[in-house]
Amino acid sequence: MQVSTILAVLLVLSSISYLAGRRRSLATAGGKIRLLHSLPGYYGFYAAIWCAIPALLLLGLWQAFEGSIITGLLIAGLPEELKALSPARLQFVFNDIKNIADGNIVAGALKPHLQAAAAHYTHVKHISEMALAALALALAVAGMGFALRAIHADHRARNKVEGMVKILLMACSTIAIFTTIGIVLSVLFEAVRFFRVIPFTDFLFGLEWSPQMAIRSDQVGASGAFGAVPLFAGTLLISGIAMLVAVPIGLMCAIYLSEYANRGFRAFAKPLLEILAGIPTVVYGFFAALTVAPLLRDVGKGLGLDVASESALAAGLVMGIMIIPFVSSLSDDVINAVPQSLRDGAYAMGSTQSETIRQVIIPAALPGIVGGVLLAVSRAIGETMIVVMAAGLSANLTANPLQAVTTVTAQIVTLLVGDQEFDSPKTLAAFALGLVLFAITLALNLIALHVVRKYREQYE
Amino acid sequence: MDKVRASLAKRYAKERRFRVLGRLAIYASLSFLVILLSSIVANGYTAFQQTFIRLDVHFDQQLLDPEGMGRREALADADYSGLLKKTLREMFPEVRERRDQRALYALVSPGASYVLREKVLSDPGLVGKTQAVWVTGDDDVDMLIKGHTERDGPENERRLKDNQLGWIDGLLEKGAIQKQFNLAFFTSGDSREPGSAGIKGALMGSVFTLVVTLLLSFPIGVATAIYLEEFAPKNRWTDLIEVNINNLAAVPSIVFGLLGLAVFINFMGLPRSVPLVGGLVLALMTLPIIIISGRAALKSVPPSIREAALAVGASKMQTVAHHVLPLAMPGMLTGTIIGMAHALGETAPLLMIGMVAFIVDVPTGALDPATVLPVQIYLWADSPERAFVERTSAAIMVLLVFLVIMNAAAVILRKRFERRW
Repeated sequence: MQVSTILAVLLVLSSISYLAGRRRSLATAGGKIRLLHSLPGYYGFYAAIWCAIPALLLLGLWQAFEGSIITGLLIAGLPEELKALSPARLQFVFNDIKNIADGNIVAGALKPHLQAAAAHYTHVKHISEMALAALALALAVAGMGFALRAIHADHRARNKVEGMVKILLMACSTIAIFTTIGIVLSVLFEAVRFFRVIPFTDFLFGLEWSPQMAIRSDQVGASGAFGAVPLFAGTLLISGIAMLVAVPIGLMCAIYLSEYANRGFRAFAKPLLEILAGIPTVVYGFFAALTVAPLLRDVGKGLGLDVASESALAAGLVMGIMIIPFVSSLSDDVINAVPQSLRDGAYAMGSTQSETIRQVIIPAALPGIVGGVLLAVSRAIGETMIVVMAAGLSANLTANPLQAVTTVTAQIVTLLVGDQEFDSPKTLAAFALGLVLFAITLALNLIALHVVRKYREQYE
Repeated sequence: MDKVRASLAKRYAKERRFRVLGRLAIYASLSFLVILLSSIVANGYTAFQQTFIRLDVHFDQQLLDPEGMGRREALADADYSGLLKKTLREMFPEVRERRDQRALYALVSPGASYVLREKVLSDPGLVGKTQAVWVTGDDDVDMLIKGHTERDGPENERRLKDNQLGWIDGLLEKGAIQKQFNLAFFTSGDSREPGSAGIKGALMGSVFTLVVTLLLSFPIGVATAIYLEEFAPKNRWTDLIEVNINNLAAVPSIVFGLLGLAVFINFMGLPRSVPLVGGLVLALMTLPIIIISGRAALKSVPPSIREAALAVGASKMQTVAHHVLPLAMPGMLTGTIIGMAHALGETAPLLMIGMVAFIVDVPTGALDPATVLPVQIYLWADSPERAFVERTSAAIMVLLVFLVIMNAAAVILRKRFERRW
């Protein structure tokens, strides 16, 4: 039986046990609902849960471990010389066996022991499917029987059902932790494989980035270098330009909207700024590559400067435009949180509005603004599409914004979207870069949180 | 006092300058938005029209159905590109040299012979008759008619040679070249040929991916928000979960792509480039947004509602399920719609899990290879043909329209259903 059929049967069985549970509860109370501890529906849900959950758990475990157990059985049945093959070649043999079993074409001749192995595989799979179906349905029926026997008028069904629902809610909330653990483990695992081939210090402090890996030592690609410093320099250059654009404009926008603007202007300008935040980054990248970069190149030519067609300046400018609403909304929240009493005190002393802002409000809101700027920097560092489309792939170690540079994220995309095999250091380098990126953005976020918490003034 | 009065003028001037600076900042941001949108629209609006050339096609029976029995297989396998070339030669009988003839054939798009095939297969009675058929022009012709390329300049630097320009002028005089609505943009999948390239494949891929994302992230996100807000004890474990969620909201999207690649594709063996895996990765990205907005919505329900329900004898779970959750639902839905709008525009994590392949067929399920609209925009932006520039901009316009619709829906939902306690 297919898994989907089993699921459908389980659904039907659970509905039946819901109805049976309800009927039984009313029966034990002699038809009077008032004598029951909980509403009849809760008894029904109790029965349905006991019917479905054990069977579903079994299904999950079976699906997870079936593959490896069948593979183990297959290996045991193979002749000796095949068992001694390396894992990669053994994988080919398995593919052949599975193809024969499915009736597809195979690579190579049809040897008799492969045919026997394919027949064995089909047999084992068939047994596994039947066993799964039988066990799952048996568990479901047993669960239904157990629940129905336990139901009586004083049975605290509501409490039991609510306890189960609470466990379900708690399980959902641990998915966030599993995601973080998953990210850290998966990136770490592959990065460690990379660092076994390329030393850690070479990667972090090397000055040349030329990710090629040769199969033989006398091939052209043998001179690969995996020094990531040009990538860090490129990332910092583009993020720096973006911050130079975003922080002054964003901060002034926030100040004007919260201090000077009247309600009508605010109602008009704030949604438009939100629109800037909602535009997908691929649109910004296209705009940068199509309009901004050629414009900068023509302006540079007119001024006599040599601007590369994929300059860091173009990417940095457009990234800055993208980050403006981020800085603006974070600063807006912080500036609004400064209590009115401080402003009133400053006005009472005779200061103008700009003097109040510059000398009273901004210093009071400074921790929050710094936290917001750090979060914006973390966003700029992690930005991918704008730099992939507008900045180049040439790893230059330069501080000149008119040249082409590449960033960490652009290299991750290039390394993984190509067609290298998964084990070569070239693709594993992408995971090492991902690890560095994750660590730096995590550190920036934690520092921002710490700065805000430690230096925030408690006014009330 | 005099000192103060003397410095007043300077201080007021500074005040005025500061205010002007603030206004300049806002106007600068808004003008960036206007420049961005107008440059996209200016580049893209021409893509909604496509140049068509009218050919007077004689559906020659000798060429299409020599046996004369009208069998469908014979008609399906016939040489339609030969028919197309014959028609063009008949329309321009003065063209004799092979090189000139090849230049003539290059005036129509490579997909034109399929248009003739479709016409004959849907109406086999056409064999032996003559009819005028509008076929798509080649993308170089399209760019010329729309005014994107120049007619002057040395011949070897142009895409269209002098003889081709002469034929085009001849067709223009006869009224046989027209710009019509570009339906192929909305009904066909991707193609290397700009005239036949459309966004339908990418749109369906986006739809399937967003459906998977919604089905996964909404229940789990709401469940987590309810647990964290209503039931979780205030201990270190809960603090850890909260810090985790806030961190996940700030992790760069490409790291989620690496996670999807390492766990879903390599470890669990799911197929690459399918909306299921894309939806899984995007669901992980959207979860923190839904959780944070869900918690805010639950927090905004006043305690009096909860206390009233408890006082009447409901249990905690019944209070939350029957009283608090329905009142907080509009806020949760608003947060979910905004999260979905973010997911619609995401590109980087989907590049990592392989949705960057060149896929021609329109996907029909969540397990068919597919691509999504932002990735399609990225792929087209890399293509060298000029005609793809306008198509990329048009695809961006379609994407932005969808985003505007979703955000407007969120705003309307918020205005109509959210109650201010």
